[in-house]
This record gives sequence, C-alpha cells and structure tokens, in this order.
Amino acid sequence: MFKIIEKQELAPTLKLFRVEAPMIARRAQPGQFVILRVHEQGERIPLTIADFDREQGTITLVFQEVGHSTQLLGALAVGDSIPDLLGPLGEPTEHPEGKNVVCIGGGVGVAPVYPEAKALHEQGYNVTTIIGARTAELLFFEAEMAAVSNQAFVTTDDGSKGHKGFVTDVLQKLIDEGKKPDFVIAVGPIPMMRAVAELTRKYEIKTIVSLNSMMVDGTGMCGGCRVTVGGEVKFTCVDGPAFDAHELDFDEQVRRLEMYKEMEKKVGGEC
Amino acid sequence: MMAKIVPKKHPMPAQPAEERVKNFDEVPYGYDEDTAIAEALRCLQCKNPRCIEGCPVGINIPAFILKIAEKDYQSAADILKDKNSLPAVCGRVCPQEEQCEQVCIVGIKNEPVAIGRLERFAADWEAANSNKEVEPVPLTGPKVAVVGSGPAGLTVAGELVRKGYRVTIFEAFHQPGGVLMYGIPEFRLPKAIVQREIDYLKKLGVEIQLNVVVGRTVTIEELMTEEGYEAVFVGSGAGLPYFLNIPGENLNGVYSANEFLTRTNLMRAYMFPKWETPIHVGKRVAVVGAGNVAMDAARTALRLGAEEVHIVYRRSEKEMPARIEEIEHAREEGINFNLLTNPIEVLGDEKGWVNGLKCVKMELGEPDQSGRRRPVPIAGSEFVFPVDVVVVAIGQGPNPLIPRTTSGLETSKWGNIIADPETGRTSIPGVYAGGDVVTGAATVIKAMGAGKVAAQAIDKYLTSKNEEAN
Repeated sequence: MFKIIEKQELAPTLKLFRVEAPMIARRAQPGQFVILRVHEQGERIPLTIADFDREQGTITLVFQEVGHSTQLLGALAVGDSIPDLLGPLGEPTEHPEGKNVVCIGGGVGVAPVYPEAKALHEQGYNVTTIIGARTAELLFFEAEMAAVSNQAFVTTDDGSKGHKGFVTDVLQKLIDEGKKPDFVIAVGPIPMMRAVAELTRKYEIKTIVSLNSMMVDGTGMCGGCRVTVGGEVKFTCVDGPAFDAHELDFDEQVRRLEMYKEMEKKVGGEC
Repeated sequence: MMAKIVPKKHPMPAQPAEERVKNFDEVPYGYDEDTAIAEALRCLQCKNPRCIEGCPVGINIPAFILKIAEKDYQSAADILKDKNSLPAVCGRVCPQEEQCEQVCIVGIKNEPVAIGRLERFAADWEAANSNKEVEPVPLTGPKVAVVGSGPAGLTVAGELVRKGYRVTIFEAFHQPGGVLMYGIPEFRLPKAIVQREIDYLKKLGVEIQLNVVVGRTVTIEELMTEEGYEAVFVGSGAGLPYFLNIPGENLNGVYSANEFLTRTNLMRAYMFPKWETPIHVGKRVAVVGAGNVAMDAARTALRLGAEEVHIVYRRSEKEMPARIEEIEHAREEGINFNLLTNPIEVLGDEKGWVNGLKCVKMELGEPDQSGRRRPVPIAGSEFVFPVDVVVVAIGQGPNPLIPRTTSGLETSKWGNIIADPETGRTSIPGVYAGGDVVTGAATVIKAMGAGKVAAQAIDKYLTSKNEEAN
C-alpha cells in the first residue's frame, strides 16, 4: 500500500499527490513513469513521475481528472493509500548535444517536464522554460519552474496570464531573437507537441517529446503502447516514453489514444 | 491389480459447446469418483513405468493412480504434491499427450491412461474434502529471491521454503501467478485454483512482494549486495510479444495475444464496465497463429461476443502447435480454421480502425530448419478477410528488462538468459534462471521442471557456500 501524504488541488480538475513509495523514489529518474490502480476492479493507469524525494522516500504525481479512474484517484485524501503502484518504468530521458535547452510544458504536461528542467538545471544547463495552459486558472508549478530556469515564460490561450497565445509563439520569438536552443523537450497534449515539432523541424533543433500511450503492464509485455518512430515500431513503456519528435508518427498516436474513448463513457455508470 | 481392458479413456464430461461459448466457466467438469476409479483401473501398474520418465517433474504416476483405484484420494494427492506443487493446474493445462501419456504402455494398443484427468481428480478432491493443516517449516535458512510468480517461480519457492529457506517472490503485476493468471483463460484454468495454490505457498511461509519490477524497482545486484539475498532465481517468462511486421499492424483493433488475454483474464475485461478495463472485440475476429495461446485468444473472443472468429495459420493442420484437445474444443465451439493462409497486410478504414486482413494462400514446399515443410505463397491468391479485430498470437520472446539491467548476465542472440539445463546456473554466481526466459515460450510443466532443477541446485550451492563460511 502506498500512502498519500500530501494532496494539492492545482486547478479545478488538476490534482497533485505526494505518495510514500521509497523503492520507487530511490531509483526514479526524470522522464520515468508509474502504473497504478485505484481499486480492485480498476484499470492500470500510467502517470508520469512529476518529482521524487529520495531522502523522504516519496514521489509526486500530477494528473488531470479526465475519466472515471482519474476521478476516483482524485477523490482519495491524505492518509488514504493507493493499493497498487509500480515503477519507475520507462527509460530516463536521454539528452542531445548542447547546453542550451528549452523545456516546454503544456497543460498537465508541465508536471512531467518539471523534473527534466530541474535535473538539467542542476547539471548546469542553460534552461529556458515555457509553460502554457488554456487559461490562468489551469496553470501550475509556475514558481517551481521559475526556480529551476534561467528564463521562464508563461502563456495562456486566452491571455489571462503571461503571453496570450501558444507556447510555440514564445519559442518562435526566442529563435527570432537569436536564442536558438540546442534542443527542446516538450510535453503536453499531442497538438501542442506536434506544433512544437513542426516549428523546431524548420530550424533543425533536436526535439524530444514524451508520450502517454495506452498500456496495460508497462513492462513490454502487451505491446499496446506501440508507436512508430523513424519507420520502426517501438513500445512506449520500455523504449520510451521520450522519443525524437521529428521521427514520430503523431497521427498514429492520436488515433491510438482514441481507441477506447467510446467505451470509457460506460465506466462508473449504472452496471 | 488386474487391469480391465477398456480400450479408450473414459470421456471427460464437459459443458456443451453451445452453452459454454456464452460464459467463462470451466469447460471440462472433471471425473466423478466412479469414473476416476474406472479410469485408474486401466493402469497396468508397470514394473518399469515409462510415464514417470515422461513427466518433467518425475511424479510417481502409477503410485498415485493406484491410490485412486483404492479410493485413498488423500494419499493420491500427497503423492502428487511430493513432486508437483501445482497438481490442480498441471492436471488441467499440461500437454500430457506429449509427455506421460505419450509413453504410457496402455497407449501402444489402446488409448493411454488419462493421467492428466486423474491428476486433476485427485487435486480437486483434496481441495474440496481435505482438512489437512498446512505445517509450515521453521524458516531459518538463507534468503532467496525469486523473480516472477509464474509456474517456474512458484515451483522454486515451494521447493525451497519446504527446506527452510526464507523465500521472497517479486512480481511486477498486482496479482501473483504470472501466465497462469494473465494468460490462460478462466474457462481453461479457473483463477480460484491458481489462487488456492498460491495461498498454499503463502501458508508455507513464502513471501510475495507485488508491484515490484526487478530491473526497474530494484536490480538483481541490489537484491544480492544490499538486501541480503544469497541466491536469486529468475523466472520472468516470455513477456515480449512478437508481431508480424506487416503494414497496418498498428491500426486500432490489432492486439498482441498477450494484451488481449491480459485485458480479459487478469483485468477481467469480460466483466466491463463493472471491471473498468475495456477491450475492443468487434464482430469478426482473426487470430493469427495456431498454438495454445491462439486457441485461447480465439475462444476468448467468441465468449466476449464476437460473431465470427477465424484462426489464420500459414502451415497445415498437421503442424498446428496447439494441443489436440484445445483444437477440438475450439472446433466444437465454432472457430473457423483457415490453414495454409498467411496474413500480408492489415487494412483499415479512414479512421484508422481495422476493417480487413489481407492474406495469401500457401502451399507446403521443402522442409525448413524446423523440419517442417516450409510454406510458400501461391502467386495471385491474395484475398481479404473482412474483420474488425486482429489478434497476433505467433509467440513471445524473453522480456529484455532483466538482461538489460543486469551486467554480466549472459544471453543468447535471441535474448534468452543462458542457463545450464542441469542446474539452472547462469553466468553470475548465485543467480539461477529457468522457464520461458531461458527456453523461449514452452509449457507450464516444463517451467516447473526447470524450477525444480534450479531449486535443487540453489540448495546445494547455498549449503556448500555456508559450510565453507563456517
């Protein structure tokens, strides 16, 4: 059992948990994820590790309540336990050449990009962060991101905070100002990651994105998280979750994420 | 005892095909007492029983059968448990026709004794009737870690705990049992039976740590240097699904058999939405492959509500690797067999969902390296199956996680851990391996056989190591 020792509501449907998981905390690296189950009859759901504290033996999870399972998870309180938590899974993110990096987080994707920015900052990289959300209310980790950035930007689609527009606007501006980074790490909704990839492709800036594919076991066994990268089939759980954005087949990912959309509406209703 | 000449095995009573396709209940009911005794009396009680040699774990088969004939079912169960910690499982899923029953003397002129059915009878009798208390052995021996809680791991754990070792099994899933839980369907192996065997091991003192993926959560090296385990057994199985590498294989609606079966068995997708894991079944399903896993997937699809299920296999009936009983059960249930048929492309609709499987007809040519005649495509014979789900069941490789994260652990070019078949010893002292991770996908009983061998070797290794230390 994995006890919840801290809970924050970052935005109306956005929750943060700090969970006791000493074995996972001990080995976690930026880019890795966990798979958890909220209750006996629940699904196994993958969530990126948003932070970890090896001394305290805790990991931080941030998630958006998008369906039944994440709503059940969000309903847990401090002192409650998550019955099953497996990790750390996936490969830690590998970084391309160069010391100038832009870390971009969109929506709930800010959570997984935070440990990347933090680690890179600690290693002496010149870190620029851009975080974006639809509206100010949905922004989170602003202070945390700023603390690990040499330069930090915020964007909202509606202009309620920071730059009005998209994370790509800021990236474009940086490039126009001659601050072209050596590489970019972008995590967020697929349209955002894809927009970043299209922009950086023009300037030949290496770009890494992190996927949140459908999966069951998370150990390479089911193959449900298949993704095509550079024409080759990879498994998100063991080969990823980070991949070269310029090689990735985004269309396929969009399609595969839709697979159970209709069915999921039936969960949690009358049965 | 004089054996009566009954030429055929006593038939196994089973759920009628038209009923069972609508449920996940076990298909064969098992022998009743009278039938079990009558079948037991077919055994000749040979002086030099070949069946024992045919059994990977060396069960004293004539002895347990004699006890059934004598109505001493408890003794029959005890004899089984002496060599086999999972008799109720093996009585159901072992390929007896290739092992003990294949060499049975009665089988030369008539049908062999139904050893598997008798094993199941004795094990089920014990579960239903016995009130024998489990007597745990005092655990004072060294600590041994077991990676994976499938048949190999459970066997190693059972053997060593009986000798007083402190055994901890590490399992990545939230439930122990490995392939017995996620792979073999409820209608062939009820999960309650697997659970019963696991509970028995727990009562003996085996500790099971769930949600630990060795290689990620903790490494083998850490188990040995920091956690005080003096030996490690790796029984992590064949957990890497093979795909066909044909166009369209990532379309929505294409599953590996592993995923299809795990969603259904472990995550109970057949009870969706009460159980929350979904599965897409569709109306017409093609299962590629013809092994036991393919039969399981096909029969599962039918029970999940598919209207039409096709087995697609590139060789002929003779080469189908599945057990005859499984093929027969599938046929009775209405699974279609499309033999000498090879998929070449998965076709999809404009939304990226499967809507067809393009195949080519094959003919058999010269024998290949496997000794089987190589299937060769017939030019111009392409055709399309209109299906909305494709399940790929063409085998699995060893999961690469442990070899990748354990330096010094030697593997073959296929990624299997190299282990001495006589002892299970790997290239790292104190680390043993067995089951599918060593041999590639095989059977439950072979994995158990490997587990037995490794347990003996581990016992020997730790005994001599600790004697030296004293």
